[in-house]
Amino acid sequence: MEILYVLIPLTLILVAAGCWAFFWAVDAGQFDDLDSPGWDALEDQETISTRDK
Amino acid sequence: MSDRHDEPRCFHCQEPLAGSKLTARIGARLEPVCCPGCQAVAEMIAGSGLADYYVRRTTPAPRPTAASEEGSWRAYLEPQVASAFVTRGAVVDSVDLLIENLRCPACGWLIERAVGAIPDVKTVEVNAGLGRARIEWTAGAPRFEQVMRTIAQLGYVPHPITEETTSRVYCAERRSMLKRFVVATFGMMQVMMFAVAGYSAELGGERIDATLEQYFRLVSLLVSVPVLFYAGQPFLTSAWNSLRTKSVGMDLTVSAALVLAFVASAWNTFVGHGEVYFDSITMFVFFLTLVRLIELIVRHRTSSVADALARHLPATAQRAVGDKVETVPVQQLRLGDNVIVPSGAIVPADGEIVDGATLLDESLLTGESLPVARRVGDRVASGSINTGSPLRIAVTATGSGTVLANIVNLLRRAQTRKPAAMRTANRAAAVFLRVVLIASVMVCLAWLAVDPKQAFAATLAVLVVACPCAFSIAMPAALAASTARLAKQGVLITRPEAIETLADIDHVIFDKTGTLTRGEIQLAGCEVVGTRSREECLAIAAALERSSGHPIASAFRNMDTAGLMATAIETVPGFGIEGTIDGKRYRIGIAAFAAELRGAAVPRTRESLDGTTIVLGDEREALAVFTLSDALREDSPAAIEKLRSIGIDSEILSGDGSAAVASVAKHCGITSFFARRTPEQKLSRVHELHAQGKRVAMVGDGINDAPVLGAADVSIAMGRGAALALAAADVIFVSERPSALAGVIRTARRTAKIARQNLLWAGLYNFSALPLAALGYIPPWAAALGMSASSLFVLLNALRLLPRQSARNAQVARTAPAALATSA
Repeated sequence: MEILYVLIPLTLILVAAGCWAFFWAVDAGQFDDLDSPGWDALEDQETISTRDK
Repeated sequence: MSDRHDEPRCFHCQEPLAGSKLTARIGARLEPVCCPGCQAVAEMIAGSGLADYYVRRTTPAPRPTAASEEGSWRAYLEPQVASAFVTRGAVVDSVDLLIENLRCPACGWLIERAVGAIPDVKTVEVNAGLGRARIEWTAGAPRFEQVMRTIAQLGYVPHPITEETTSRVYCAERRSMLKRFVVATFGMMQVMMFAVAGYSAELGGERIDATLEQYFRLVSLLVSVPVLFYAGQPFLTSAWNSLRTKSVGMDLTVSAALVLAFVASAWNTFVGHGEVYFDSITMFVFFLTLVRLIELIVRHRTSSVADALARHLPATAQRAVGDKVETVPVQQLRLGDNVIVPSGAIVPADGEIVDGATLLDESLLTGESLPVARRVGDRVASGSINTGSPLRIAVTATGSGTVLANIVNLLRRAQTRKPAAMRTANRAAAVFLRVVLIASVMVCLAWLAVDPKQAFAATLAVLVVACPCAFSIAMPAALAASTARLAKQGVLITRPEAIETLADIDHVIFDKTGTLTRGEIQLAGCEVVGTRSREECLAIAAALERSSGHPIASAFRNMDTAGLMATAIETVPGFGIEGTIDGKRYRIGIAAFAAELRGAAVPRTRESLDGTTIVLGDEREALAVFTLSDALREDSPAAIEKLRSIGIDSEILSGDGSAAVASVAKHCGITSFFARRTPEQKLSRVHELHAQGKRVAMVGDGINDAPVLGAADVSIAMGRGAALALAAADVIFVSERPSALAGVIRTARRTAKIARQNLLWAGLYNFSALPLAALGYIPPWAAALGMSASSLFVLLNALRLLPRQSARNAQVARTAPAALATSA
């Protein structure tokens, strides 16, 4: 069971990384509008918001 | 909901066709529409290759209103006006808009498409959830007015916003809540993993290796710290605040339990023996954060739109200086300025009419649904809509001095006086917590006297077993579940306590305008008094009214003119319309106006001034008397009937004329009604009912109702209602079906019942376990398990309130519009 002394800190690091990734996503505005982007995928033409980027 | 398909509905707005024969060309097919407005919008959408919108949308399109019409956007061409809203940049100019009626992602898609097609426009970002848009175009290109006009032509109402604050605050709040929620979720999962290892070993009659167990505890402690002090920080802060103000709130009991359990667990971790409760702590924080997050999203979704709508006043005014007219931002108006109010515009400031006579729609201020005649010397209030001919007014009050601003103040006062919602759970938890605290001190002292070694363990057992976790979750869990359920039915709860109060309601007050009625004028009756047939009279009236922008004209909009064309049309504001058809002169309007044409004198009655009856006459005789009314919503009588069946009285408390109110009351089967009530009178009626011990729900939608909405136990607004009522309402009916009210109250009663069961269960558990723990009979692990189990029971019980899967599928099928079938 000694392996737990290595594995558990490892999971904690992974959890911390997950939290960091999520924090980044939230701050980048990924969760601000959960509805509209879903429709963009159904659209054949390029969307106006990506046209000039 | 089957009636949605039974009668023919408008392809565009899904309103009943009401006999309209109009059609709109969508691709190769002709679809029925209810009015020329919908026809124009539908054909414009299809003509721009955006017909996909009808397939994608999940809610009906907004019905175009007068505000959608072109002229009102011309002001945004003025550089001075544009500069107040447009942010100029080196590369792009941008503007932030709040878009009224934006209801689903498909609406956002439609706007992105249509606005994106304007030359120079670089980016269009529409957030359908918040009803907001940000549009950027090449710096210096004069596109502002075109952007506004395009959105308006689609049937939405764009409001430019300069203050970003409300939405920034919301965005920040939502982001931080999301982060807290994720930390709580991850932390809870980690800690639970270690706890389950311990529990399963104990259930198997074994113990984990002591070093390993201590290791688990240390890791759990490490993970619990961010969960409690970061994710749970809002509760701790609010508890600290309530402690400072010496009041005992829900957050205080919750935080006390959390902090005590944490301190005890941390202590036990360091001393190396005794129970730890990190699993309970993290799970508790997780559930609390989840509930708060849902609450936040629901609350802001409704209020963010309402906030900006409260600023109903136009952004610009036309000021007359000498012979010239200049467009200036409203903020620059000064007392005594002469302002021109064009036909169809909103009065920008309080004032006195110095030139012109017109009909003003004051429904926003008085709730009166029919326009009122105003002439030189009369006072006009800002926020009224000029439905007649242009006016010139001298400004008497601006900004915070206006009637509109005073009503807002009245509302704020009423809100602070709102009767406190049922706080049984909080009060009980507070009392219980005090009992527990006292009991634990007594237990501690008793054990110190009897067996000092066991004192700490027993005291902790008491604190843990009696932790009012289930007790605190009992209410919020039930409320969150029913909030979700109601949201699926198109009913938004903006304050969770409203559900508790709804369950107790035994009296419902309706404001007639827009709640029981549609808020649109319709032809209620046609009495032929002359020699012409009924059909002829209607055709003549329709031809005369065809070109008029007056609200009364909308009653005739769907009528068949039988090929008649009116020429030489002259509108006399406040009186009526005169026109020539086939060489004959006709007049339609108030009785005196029509009588004048044939040289007869008819005394003006109050009734005719109200505009509820109008007369059609030619040069020889009066032809017909039309009765106009605000049409009843189809399900209003059913709504009253359903309310009665669950033992709730209804009454109408309206600002409208008595004849109109009586007729609505009769049709709905309401015996108690009051007409021509001012906001103050409505307020005192609510206080009177309170004095009789009634619990009052107020259903309204006019701005004048806002103070009354605030004073009632529960305030309910219909979705399209005026802005302020929305901001103040506890419950919002997006579906605009009054008949849903009875169902909502039933759900609320069920919620209250489940909440009571939960409280009873949690209370029974806590009180029965307390003495056992005090006597040392309950080992701490059993106490922790019992505590978690009781929380779980309470949650599962609350989940019964959630809509079932089948119900949800039915909902999806219902909201998918008929357009899906027709375009497939």
